Parts: sequence; C-alpha cells; structure tokens
Amino acid sequence: MTRDEIKDVILEIIEDIDEEADFANLDADAPLRDQLDLDSMDFLDIVMELRKRYKLQIPEEEYPQLATLASCVNYLEPKLKNV
Amino acid sequence: MQQSIESQRVVITGVGLAAPGAANLTDFRANLLAGTSGITTIDLRYMGTYPAGICEFAETRYRKKRENSRGTRAGCISVYCANEALNDAGIDFSAYDRAATGVYIGLTEHGTVETENEVYNIGQYNNDVNYWTHHHNPRTVLNNPAGEITMNLGLTGPHYVIGAACAAGNAALIQGVQMLRLGEVDLALCGGISECVGSFGIFASFRAQGALAEHIDPTKASRPFDRDRNGIVISEGGCIFTLERLDRALMRGAKIYGEITGYAMNSDAKDFVLPYGPRQRQCMELALRRADLQPSDITILNAHATGTKQGDIEECNAIRETFAECPHTWINNTKSSIGHAMGAAGVLELAGNLPSFTDHQVHPTINLENLDPECALPGLVAGIPKQLDQVDAILNNSFGMLGTNSVVIVERFVAK
Repeated sequence: MTRDEIKDVILEIIEDIDEEADFANLDADAPLRDQLDLDSMDFLDIVMELRKRYKLQIPEEEYPQLATLASCVNYLEPKLKNV
Repeated sequence: MQQSIESQRVVITGVGLAAPGAANLTDFRANLLAGTSGITTIDLRYMGTYPAGICEFAETRYRKKRENSRGTRAGCISVYCANEALNDAGIDFSAYDRAATGVYIGLTEHGTVETENEVYNIGQYNNDVNYWTHHHNPRTVLNNPAGEITMNLGLTGPHYVIGAACAAGNAALIQGVQMLRLGEVDLALCGGISECVGSFGIFASFRAQGALAEHIDPTKASRPFDRDRNGIVISEGGCIFTLERLDRALMRGAKIYGEITGYAMNSDAKDFVLPYGPRQRQCMELALRRADLQPSDITILNAHATGTKQGDIEECNAIRETFAECPHTWINNTKSSIGHAMGAAGVLELAGNLPSFTDHQVHPTINLENLDPECALPGLVAGIPKQLDQVDAILNNSFGMLGTNSVVIVERFVAK
C-alpha cells in the first residue's frame, strides 16, 4: 500500500467508528485524540480493525506510534508494503 | 423526625416503553385494546425462523449511532425508555437533583447475546482470542443497561440491576419504592429491559424444554390459556417508570398514573423451571395485605400467563383460589399480544394496563380460541375489551425461573 492509501484506510476506520468525524482541518502531525472525539476504547477499535483487515498484531508498547496520522503512516508503511 | 404520610406514598408519574408493535404508551394501549398482536418472526443463527417480538423505536433520538454501536441492545432500549419516561413525566431536573436519582433495572439475564456474538466472531479467526473485543466486559457487566442510562443522562445517584428472572421488572419497581420510602433517593427510574431475542441459546433452551411456541401464523403463536398453546414467544422490550414520593410529585404538579400501594416477593424453593401455584397465591395474598385490600378490591388482575402448559394451569389455580368470591375482578394477560419480554414483562404489562384508570377498559387476552378448562376463570376478559364504570386497583403478577414470584398492586390515585 502507498502512504496515501494507508492514510485513507486510517481515516476510513475512524469514520466507521464515528460517522460525524470531521477531517477538514486535521493536522497530520498532531495527536488524533486531541483533534477528534476518540477515547481509549475507540483507539483499541482502530487496532482491532487493523488486525482483522491485515492480520497485523500490534504490540501494546508500540501503540504510541499510532498517535498521529503521520506517525500511523510511518509505522504502518513497512508492515503494509506487500498488501 | 416524623415523616408525613405523603412522603411514604409512591406514585408513577412517567412511562417510557418499547414493546413489540409500539414505542409509546398511547400506541401500546391502542394495540392492546384492538387485540393487535405485535409478534412477527426472527431468523436466528443456528435456529432458523421462529415467532418473536421485535421492537422498532427511534434508536438515535437520545444518543448517537456511535454510542449504540459501543453499547448493548439492552443499553439502547434502556436509554430510549428512560428519556421517554422523563419527558412524559415532565422532569427536567430543575426540581430534582441528578445525585438523588436512582436507576433500578430488572433483568432476566444479560450478556448472553454479547457472549454468543463474540464466540461466533472469533470462530471466523480460528478461535484466536486476540480477536475477542475489548468491549466485551463493559457490555456484559450486569449493571450495563442501568449504567448506560446514567452516562446518557448524567445521573450520579446509584444505579444497579436486579436479577429476578422474569419477575425482574416488578422487582426493580419494588426496589424503587423501597429506596424512595427510605429517603435514599428522591426520584427513581425503575423498570425492566430485555434484549434476549438476539440469543439463539435462549430460544434453543426453551425449545429443548418443549416450551418454545410455534405456529404457522406468528401473531397466533402466543396463546395463554388456550387448549392448543405450546409455549413461550420470546420478545425484546423495555419499560421504565419515573417514581416519585407523593409530596414531591404534588409539589411540582405532576401527572399521576397511579399509586403503588402493595407489593410482595417470595420463592417457591422447589424447582428450577416449574412454577408452583400455592406459593404464587401466598405472594398475591401478601401483596393484598400490605396494600390493606381484599381480593374483591382488585379490579384488574394481569396474569403472568406465559403460554406454557403447566405454568398457566398453576397460576390459574392460584388465582381461582384467592379470587373465588370476586365477581367484579377482571382477569387479562398481555403476553398474548406482545409475547414474553422476560425482564421487561412485568413492567410492560403493568404499563399496558395503567390507562384503564382513565379509559375504564380492561384490555383482552387474545388468541383464545378454545379455552383450556383448567384455565377457566370467571372474570377472564377474552377477545374484546371489557368496559367498566371505574377501575380502582390493578394487581400485576410476574413469576420467574428458580421459583421467584413478584406481585405489584397499583391503585387509582385518590388524594387522602
């Protein structure tokens, strides 16, 4: 997957969690939870959805790397390069 | 400190409900009086198609789809019913403190649906428990349906659930009365909820007992007291009442549906599933004594009447003995119209009868084509409503597995 495709997947998963999520002014380098109405359970929903879609097992200690949209893409790019 | 009598009298001031075929009391009452069944069918995993009672209501009127996805079906029904009850009662928390509001919800069971769904879900992933949802525990803790109400409404008083099988709705109502009388809370949201149509296991277990109703026409499947009844029609549903002490209700000029004057609960101490009429009779008689009423003072008796062979006979024997000399007591049931809403049954059935204080009608039992002689009761109202001049008192029976019995008596409100 390309970086843009990974970004679209993340936003699509967030939109499935919260259909009212507004991405218009989203800063890719700022924490997602500060900008969107997401809590810890929603965050775990994102992890679970990545596991279901791509069989990705993300260790808990690496969760901080999913904090921003940009860090998500950086973290997932090598893991999804063959998808 | 001497308490005024008014502070020990507890009244029903609001009703919110979701029943098969109706999402408010007006529509529910109209269906019951018209003899319209709310039963349709459900197609369940592993089970196939069976008669069932499904509720259609405005699921996103009081919270977002997102909260409904995170929570449970029981929570969704609870939040709807609680908001509807408060709106009906005209309570906006200007006269009540959210910290002095208690939420008491009766459940037959909870968590069965969620657990079955997760077991099925991980089955799609070779039973890898890494795919088990992190939502499982908050969804399946027993207080879930009550807790979802408090989060939705910002209520910071106590919330918990009462497990009393199919007597649970009445049991929660009784809990609310007691907490109001003790002064533990000033406002109680009490009722019962059931989401059990989502569980194939509950259907399968009733079928294994030979107690799951089947009929080619689902609207005729629930037929208490009929010779050809063959079991229970499982329904989902919910009903929540606002209960207030009379002095506070009068102070704010509340509409009063009725006054809870008597209640009782007891246990058969006999069998896991079979009911026991003599203990049901003792329960009714204890509730009557507490209400300081004679059997002949009861105008309407809503029977538990699930439509099982033995259950209906046991209850009819109990009623026949207690109400032997009561030519002006009229008997109906509600499950013939909406099926068995489990933890919600007692309160939904009470709600369906409450309008009789003002419209003076007794709604009928339906689907009674050939009366079982063992269920013959002198005052049974069947097929069409019975018009009366006045309704003074309603006695509501609700019994459950493991032999838990509950009776609630509501009287027409009269200022004393």
